[in-house]
Amino acid sequence: MKRFFHQLGSPKHFYRIAGRWIPWLGLACVLFLLAGLYQGLVVAPTDYQQGDSYRIMFVHVPAAWMSLFIYVVMAAAGAIGLIWHMKLAEVVAIASAPIGASFTFLALVTGSIWGKPMWGAWWVWDARLTSELILLFLYLGVIALHNAVEDKRTAARATSILAIVGVVNIPIIHYSVEWWNTLHQGPTVTKFDAPSIDMRMLIPLLLMAVAFKLFYATVLLMRARVEVLERERNTRWVRELVSQS
Amino acid sequence: MRATRKKRLYLVLLMVVGIGVAVGFALNAFNQNLMFFYSPSEVAAGKAPAAHAFRLGGLVTEGSVQRQANGLTVRFDVTDNAKTVTVEYTGILPDLFREGQGIVAHGQLRSDGVFVADEVLAKHDENYMPPEVAKALEEAHEEGKASMPPGKTTP
Repeated sequence: MKRFFHQLGSPKHFYRIAGRWIPWLGLACVLFLLAGLYQGLVVAPTDYQQGDSYRIMFVHVPAAWMSLFIYVVMAAAGAIGLIWHMKLAEVVAIASAPIGASFTFLALVTGSIWGKPMWGAWWVWDARLTSELILLFLYLGVIALHNAVEDKRTAARATSILAIVGVVNIPIIHYSVEWWNTLHQGPTVTKFDAPSIDMRMLIPLLLMAVAFKLFYATVLLMRARVEVLERERNTRWVRELVSQS
Repeated sequence: MRATRKKRLYLVLLMVVGIGVAVGFALNAFNQNLMFFYSPSEVAAGKAPAAHAFRLGGLVTEGSVQRQANGLTVRFDVTDNAKTVTVEYTGILPDLFREGQGIVAHGQLRSDGVFVADEVLAKHDENYMPPEVAKALEEAHEEGKASMPPGKTTP
């Protein structure tokens, strides 16, 4: 087990192992996505107040969860890279940023589409919406900073610090609906009581959440492989790999 | 763990804690500005600005919605179960607007204490259930009310 993790830390073995995992993770993602969409769009009943419009929740809520989850992964990987100078952690941190930014954007757009018919407004400047928008800007800042610095190791150090600074926003987003009064409703699933959602609606929501997690894992490994190749392009194993193909 | 790594770990932790404390103080200072709306109790206590527009949030009181003769103007009461403010609004209400539903209205207080709104947004709650479950819950609630001994009004 220890040897396995040790191997995973070396770029060469990571490249090989990740390549083997990607098809299986991708397949699992597609299966969960199909099951979640079928359960969410066909099996789940309509809502007592919102009718069928609430079904956008099956994309909006998992996307919003992922936007927070990926940021925490990115900041943690950045911190590991800073403290232990582990190359692979730096790779994971920077490979996560565009995926997280996409999920944040998806959460904001689907929320806006949901907000117009339900609330009567595309956008309001309440604490939840504003803090989520700041999260998008943090992701974009991390990507821009990484691209602005030529040397990969220096770039990784700078972006890790920015990512760690931004992590303070994560609890603010999560608790914004409880600390302040907002137009956005309070938490349904991630609270300490029993979730205030019908079981037939909760199942597709959780299926979609798993599907999104698997999507992240798949795309993360794909992006990390490319980043590893680019960083190690002058080593012998990459040259051998290229000459073989 | 080598000494340099330990030092870097402490530096990162210090950074997170320091920024957390700073942001915490800042948010605490801006607390009132981060509130999206004022409740009817805060309006009654005079905490809401009298001279300029603000947002008022609460539940639409059951049975209080009155349509005026011109058909577009609506008057209703907004309550937080302690105080009530009457709201007047001319325009199209969102689909979710109904009695007992949470709303957020943007507008200004008139001298007679009526809140004249120029925008009404519906606030929906965090509960999701099919209509038949909602109906069953309501019936159970009504029965609970009927079977309560006289004198007690709130369940």
